[in-house]
Amino acid sequence: MSVEEAAARIRAQGESSRRLARDPVNQAMINNWVEAIGDANPRYTEGVAPPVMVQVWTMNGLHGQRAADDPLGAMLAVLDEAGYTSVVATNSEQTYHRYLRVGEHVSASTALESVVGPKRTALGEGWFVTTRTSWYVGDELVADMLFRVLKFAPPPSARGALRPVVSRDTEFFWEGTKAGELRIQRWGDVLRHPPGPMPPEGDLDAKPDWVVASGRGTVYSYVVHHRPAVPGKQLPFVIALVELEEGVRMLGELVGADPAEVHIGLPVTATFLKVDDDLTLPAWRVAR
Amino acid sequence: MTAAGTELPELAFDVTPTFVISTALATRDFQDVHHDRDAAVARGSKDIFLNILTDTGLVQRFVTDWAGPDALVRSIKIKLGVPCYAGDRLVFTGRVASVEGRVAVVEVTGTGQLGAHVSGTVTVELAA
Repeated sequence: MSVEEAAARIRAQGESSRRLARDPVNQAMINNWVEAIGDANPRYTEGVAPPVMVQVWTMNGLHGQRAADDPLGAMLAVLDEAGYTSVVATNSEQTYHRYLRVGEHVSASTALESVVGPKRTALGEGWFVTTRTSWYVGDELVADMLFRVLKFAPPPSARGALRPVVSRDTEFFWEGTKAGELRIQRWGDVLRHPPGPMPPEGDLDAKPDWVVASGRGTVYSYVVHHRPAVPGKQLPFVIALVELEEGVRMLGELVGADPAEVHIGLPVTATFLKVDDDLTLPAWRVAR
Repeated sequence: MTAAGTELPELAFDVTPTFVISTALATRDFQDVHHDRDAAVARGSKDIFLNILTDTGLVQRFVTDWAGPDALVRSIKIKLGVPCYAGDRLVFTGRVASVEGRVAVVEVTGTGQLGAHVSGTVTVELAA
């Protein structure tokens, strides 16, 4: 099912069932709120709740969980599955029909308003998901809120990468990627990748050094990863085993390529994806 | 009588870790990125940061500090920008965009060291 079809199905479910706030509107929580926010409005010490607190009463709390019929949770799960694994809130629009008073007990229900995308944003490609939450006292609508989040796929350099184990045998390689170099282990005349503790013929006295590869090569083999979702990756993505012109083969993600254009023999060049100060991953781009 | 173009008195304060945590908990928002620095860093943030319910609350406070306790806030629409981390200094500025009868629309911006953290409009019915 496409994102659009899933969104249409969740929208058609309409408002979720109403969730009753854990506690009625009460002075103790209001007092905590005004103290933390630093709001000196005297009304709030006289039994009137700050209108923005309407959302506070129905927050899930420390061990709370989303209701099973919560449309935001359902939509976020759909987008997770489609590879849009990160989320950031972008807009909140609250309307207060009246102020609440101590003793009133609110309930809330949420409906999916719209899902718009995919859009290119500064954070990556993503979808804007807008929900409408309505708060009631009995059957009286007292406030509502449009809430919008961007559910996005961070670009390939983003965090969340699985980290390689760096050993004394491989340290030079990862130092190289940080410096923008593909370093190949060399035992005399023999190049070896992945690097190991001994030369292929097993001479225990041999010591390796390394050479810097040109970064040019061709796709020797590849897979297109469709499922499951991988943190920080937009699906599908391509992992290519590349035969470098120096004669060794090396694995990495082939970024910026349409899976349909990838084939054995495709010329590629090395690129480097900085994850953070300690880790840069080697990857490939199509040579154009 | 308030007129369009009126500037609101600025509100500036230091966003201490205590402020970030106490406001998150006072709004019943227990997401770890608002109280656990290690968890926030592990998720790619520089530090713990303000939650959205607090932003809305600060915008409301900023406007009612100016409009007075008898004003009625009708709506708050905010757009979120760069995060506001513990250690930041937040400055709220605002001006009245329009007035119709007793209803004023106020434009508000909360700026931190990284830039515009929150911006939006508040519709408020001023006291007679």
